[in-house]
Amino acid sequence: MNTQSLMENGTMILPEAASSVASSVDLLFYVIFWGSCLLFFVMVGLGIYFIVKYRRTQSNRVASAQITHNDALEIGWTVIPLILVMIIFVWGYRDYLKLVIPPVGAKEIRVVGKKWLWEVEYVEEGIKLLNEIVVPVGKPVKLLMTATDVLHSFYLPNFRIKKDLVPNRYSKIWFYPEKIGNYQVFCTEYCGDGHSSMLGVLKVVSQSDYDEWLKAGNANDDIPLLELGEKLYKSKNCNACHSLDGTAMAGPSWKGLYGSKRQFVDGSDAIADENYITESILNPNAKVVAGYPPVMPSYSGLLSEREILGIIEYIKTLK
Amino acid sequence: MSNAYPNINFFKVDSGLKSWLFTLDHKRIGLMYLLFICISFGLGGTFALLLRLELLTPGTLFFTAKEYNQLFTLHGAVMVFLFIVPSIPASLGNFLLPIQLGTKDVAFPRLNLASLYVYMFGAVFCVYSLFAGAIDTGWTFYTPYSTTTDTSVISMTLGAFILGFSSILTGVNFIATIHKMRAPGMTWFRMPLFVWSLYATSIIQVLATPVLGITLLLLIFEKVMNIGIFDPALGGDPVLFQHFFWFYSHPAVYIMILPAMGVMSELVTTFCRKNIFGYRFVAFSSIAIAVISFLVWGHHLFISGQSNYATMLFSLLTFLVAIPSAIKVFNWLATMYKGSIYLKSPFFYFLSFMFLFMIGGFTGVVLGTLSLDIHLHDTYFVVAHFHYVMMGGTVMAFLGGLHYWWPKMIGKMYSEFWANISCLLVFVGFNMVFFTQFILGAKGMPRRYYNYLDQFQPLHAFSTFGTWVLGLGFIVMLVYLVWSLFKGEEADANPWGGITLEWQTASPPPFENFEKLPVIEYDPYDYDKVKPYE
Repeated sequence: MNTQSLMENGTMILPEAASSVASSVDLLFYVIFWGSCLLFFVMVGLGIYFIVKYRRTQSNRVASAQITHNDALEIGWTVIPLILVMIIFVWGYRDYLKLVIPPVGAKEIRVVGKKWLWEVEYVEEGIKLLNEIVVPVGKPVKLLMTATDVLHSFYLPNFRIKKDLVPNRYSKIWFYPEKIGNYQVFCTEYCGDGHSSMLGVLKVVSQSDYDEWLKAGNANDDIPLLELGEKLYKSKNCNACHSLDGTAMAGPSWKGLYGSKRQFVDGSDAIADENYITESILNPNAKVVAGYPPVMPSYSGLLSEREILGIIEYIKTLK
Repeated sequence: MSNAYPNINFFKVDSGLKSWLFTLDHKRIGLMYLLFICISFGLGGTFALLLRLELLTPGTLFFTAKEYNQLFTLHGAVMVFLFIVPSIPASLGNFLLPIQLGTKDVAFPRLNLASLYVYMFGAVFCVYSLFAGAIDTGWTFYTPYSTTTDTSVISMTLGAFILGFSSILTGVNFIATIHKMRAPGMTWFRMPLFVWSLYATSIIQVLATPVLGITLLLLIFEKVMNIGIFDPALGGDPVLFQHFFWFYSHPAVYIMILPAMGVMSELVTTFCRKNIFGYRFVAFSSIAIAVISFLVWGHHLFISGQSNYATMLFSLLTFLVAIPSAIKVFNWLATMYKGSIYLKSPFFYFLSFMFLFMIGGFTGVVLGTLSLDIHLHDTYFVVAHFHYVMMGGTVMAFLGGLHYWWPKMIGKMYSEFWANISCLLVFVGFNMVFFTQFILGAKGMPRRYYNYLDQFQPLHAFSTFGTWVLGLGFIVMLVYLVWSLFKGEEADANPWGGITLEWQTASPPPFENFEKLPVIEYDPYDYDKVKPYE
């Protein structure tokens, strides 16, 4: 699930703009950028000129004039910048309204942020996704978002939009996808150990691909179990907390997990078999391995029977 | 009361550890503050070096995600609460404010000593939290993460709470001193601009810091007694915490930068031998900043769910607060015109400040613009912006002031050659570290990320290399300053040719600052009337 590069695509220092609102935001950015550069170099140039011209020498031991003030000049450099920033303010506010107010009739998708994944739900279609959103090109989309544990923030750099997800509140964000492609989603409100792994993808596809995708549902039936497990390890964000090489992250490593004896915080223990792994996926806090915090969210309803089986088969191979 | 020690410098009046621990002399208290502040800076800087080292590559290099999160939290908390808030006012301000006013001490010398002990007491809590499960919430302690994490949130917030009182006590003391203790003839408009900036700073310290205290106390109540204030799981509102927190912490940004601006005015006048251009504009812009700074906190909440209307007003006010800062920069530059510019290390810090603070200011305009902030909020662009203002601004002015007043405070000169080398390393290193972060942020790299996409690696690595150059610069500085303490040449009373009052007394100053209390007849920078260099 590669997203297009933010660094390589786009203009000088901004990533590619994926919507026309984003392009208009960029225009203001570059107006301020070049305006600032101009003023900056004039100021630096003046500074250098003064240093060279008025540096202390035998013939310039004393300042050649004591100028205490010049009201016209000072009022000038108070009022002119004030006018300039007021223009920027109004321009910025107008674009801001375009960025945050969704048009009537935008397609609504639910997003729930939790440590450390994005749950995406299409209410009408009854589809649930993890860390990915699939939308058809050319139709406005509105995300209705909330969080279940701590603050998160949904950030789509290519669309220049971002919004916090707050527990017990709903926030919304909208975008108008104009170009087909895969776009990066980041979490930008610090949320703990897995913050930087809380990534997602926005897939903008053609209308026909979208219809086909809807028809096929989210089926993974045609992939062999082992490959399915390997794929889910990444796509369901298991990799945010579980390593494959024995490193302890927020959760225990999967390496050598299957068949091993697990020691739990309450002092009991068990052998990691199919039933234990299934329970740990669907009800993670039932048995928490000693030394790890009880932070894993339940995947109940987010994984099918076959998908859980795929993950178990994959874990079995990690010796 | 007559002066018992007319000619003995304050180091020699009394000796032994006890004479320092129980001193009421503002100069000794200032120097002790300076020592603790420099230690805090070293500590915070070490955390920064370590966390940048981890970011050399994506994935795990030396630290786990949790350790990394603790590192950036401790870096921020130590730098903000232990270093930068007290930095200039408590050390240089304490030492110089009474001298620049032509008086013997601050209005309440015992309160001054008390504020130092309160500071140390608060610092103990902060340092304790380093060892007892170091806090990992970020220095902003956002709820509900801070109410649910198992790290030492309570000891760190209690530490910040106590440090707040130290800040309030210093502020009260300075306000009283400025109002009541000015030398005969020193009218408000004959005060040096450093004093004006400390006055504006003190107003903010006294009015805003209690709000931080209340907020942190509520946070502690919530954590200890499970009272729902900010935690939604208990029926609280996490966004309320952000409002409370920034109601202090945005004005606090000006607690950090205003004294730095005061130092800048002192540097430019002395090293150009020139009257400040537009004294009243510079003085009143400090007060304007202090007033408007209370009304802009909402620009930290542009994406938090604050109403669009509030967001619009906060953006407008944010642009207004940019103007007085811009006025100061224009005035400093204009002061150089037709001056006699003395290129010495304090002035190189002045120039570094001008260069870096302008970049910080311009990027501040970018971030104050609503449509652009949505994209840049919580990315490295913000990290770079506030480092350009805080480090490029406050720290550069602090170093400039330190080098400027070092001969006055210590009575010794340092190596000018090594001071220039160190200033250059700090300047170059700083830009390597943080200029790259503007690009990273604009391209979409979020802040507080332990791991990052491979495409960001070259810039991250370059930024990390910069921290080594920066660190080297500070090591060089430490060496030549310590060297000067023991082996430095004796300093003249007035090595730079300044005309504010501290240059009209010995280096280091006598116990009661002046042999004879001065009477003020001229404006502070009137180089036509006062000619120290002839």
